[in-house]
Amino acid sequence: MRLADTLRFARDAAAGYPMRTTLSVIAMSIGVAAVVILTALGDGARRYVVGQFSSIGTNLVIVLPGRSGTGGFNPANAITTTPRDLTIDDAGALRRAPAVRRAAPLAVGTSEISFGGRLREVMVAGSTAEFLPIRNFELAQGQGLPEEDWNRGSAVAVIGNTIRTEMFGNTPAIGQLIRVGDRRLRVVGVLKSVGQGLGMNTDELVIVPVALAQAMFNSNTLFRVLVEAKSRSAIPEAKEQVMEILKQRHRGEEDITVITQDAVLATFDKLLGALTLGVAGIAAISLAVAGILVMNVMLVAVTQRTGEIGLLKALGAPARTIRLAFLAEAAMLSTVGALVGYLLGQAGAFGLRQTFPVFPAYPPDWAVIAALSTALITGLLFGVMPARRAARLDPVQALMKH
Amino acid sequence: MALIELQGIERTFQLGDASVHALTALDLRIEAGEYVAVMGPSGSGKSTLLNLLGLLDRPNAGTYRLEGRDITTLSPDEQARVRSQRIGFVFQSFHLVPRLTAAENIALPMTLAGIPQKERNARVARALVNFGLDKRADHRPDQLSGGQRQRVAIARATIMQPALILADEPTGNLDRHTGEEVVNLLEALNASGVTLVVVTHDQGMGARARRQLVMEDGRLKHDSATPHNAPR
Repeated sequence: MRLADTLRFARDAAAGYPMRTTLSVIAMSIGVAAVVILTALGDGARRYVVGQFSSIGTNLVIVLPGRSGTGGFNPANAITTTPRDLTIDDAGALRRAPAVRRAAPLAVGTSEISFGGRLREVMVAGSTAEFLPIRNFELAQGQGLPEEDWNRGSAVAVIGNTIRTEMFGNTPAIGQLIRVGDRRLRVVGVLKSVGQGLGMNTDELVIVPVALAQAMFNSNTLFRVLVEAKSRSAIPEAKEQVMEILKQRHRGEEDITVITQDAVLATFDKLLGALTLGVAGIAAISLAVAGILVMNVMLVAVTQRTGEIGLLKALGAPARTIRLAFLAEAAMLSTVGALVGYLLGQAGAFGLRQTFPVFPAYPPDWAVIAALSTALITGLLFGVMPARRAARLDPVQALMKH
Repeated sequence: MALIELQGIERTFQLGDASVHALTALDLRIEAGEYVAVMGPSGSGKSTLLNLLGLLDRPNAGTYRLEGRDITTLSPDEQARVRSQRIGFVFQSFHLVPRLTAAENIALPMTLAGIPQKERNARVARALVNFGLDKRADHRPDQLSGGQRQRVAIARATIMQPALILADEPTGNLDRHTGEEVVNLLEALNASGVTLVVVTHDQGMGARARRQLVMEDGRLKHDSATPHNAPR
């Protein structure tokens, strides 16, 4: 039989049994759509978390006071005094490390903010002018903290967007005097709204000079020092230099912990990659179920049409022609099913993105390719196997079933 | 050279533990251009004989020569080619493909044989006119009467210009009048030189054939060509 005739014959056969054709296309498309949507969910979750982590800064190295033991029990640690605190001068010293672009000290505490009779509790972050660029914060109005001696601490504040709305409503905030704790501070800038970040809602943050914050909280220690390395590749180097400098300043004791954002990201990336794979596993099962559905439908189809196969043989069709006709039909069914499923899946992912705009629910390419090829292969395999069996029947046996 | 030569044909079916002899020690010669009716009670083996002649079934023993060529030893695909080129079938229940139109059903053997569309169309158009179906070309089988369906089936059986037409109860599903029409058609084909073998219950139809074979219990009980030395 000629190719064009085979294709037309297969198309007519598919169209001639609308119920069966619809069933197998639905089975196939549900399988593919499930894979596309589930992997979009899994991969979306991964991207979301990675994105959140990236938003805390670029090439970030974070210095914590105290040593989080990774070396097991060390008798020297047991005898020595409590770890030395991080100070503003420590942070300043880090700026001189060659692999470091910027460094910002961070002191944190809670306090009360009031303006015009309105009062609320806020988180206060004491830092320097470099805090905003290191954390990738952007200003909606005004300017950041002034470039000044870190130990001076002028009476200014940069406030988050929620604080601005709650304290000032529609009136301009820049230049107003607010009370934070027992201090009167002038608002010099308002942060752009970014929504919920990891752990800390920047929209409800008040940023003041670090010296001021330490005075407010009556302490001279730092919560963290944030360090930005010159480039991604300079991160390990920066980490080393930071350790070295602080060790020297702390009389040879390694009493700090340095975390790189990369390491955290890599861990999360791995975890979430595993999550995506797990989701893909679920999807693969649904695809297998779809494949079995298709197989059953095709099996019934071939059984239903055994008589027709017998007739074709009686009319002189060799086994090859019969196999090809069924192969073409199975290929058409699974192609249409796979395409419909792909479109359904993409529509579902689009719907997810519309409903949850922060959630980047895009199906990964590998999942789409795997879904489509699995669908096609199972469809072909399960479509052809019963046809092969039918093609081997003696024509008279096949005909008697007509 | 005879068109059909059967020698010592045996066909047994296994039904559970019992083996049923559908055909036993069958010898038969049919010359080209003959008109043969095969008769006999149900289960006498006449349909099995027809299936064997049409290469739809294989004998357990014996040889079958078609146009001098031993075809029991051919592979399934070679047998398919012989069916395609040399044999046309007419069935009691028509066996038309329900989703194809009359024209497409008639063209089916040519489609399967890979004959180009253009030639197919020409031959189908001629066949439709010859069989009085030119107004019904685009109708599907369920839109045709029984007689029209059997005419489509006969057109399909002859479209490859076979040497042999095998008809299994061709009038079994038709009323007397349309049955008569169909028999006339088949006889006209025979008159044009095609060998015709008809299996029938109908004594009247059997009597119209120039040669009658009567089967019983898988044996040839009576052959009108050699009435006195028929095997018993």
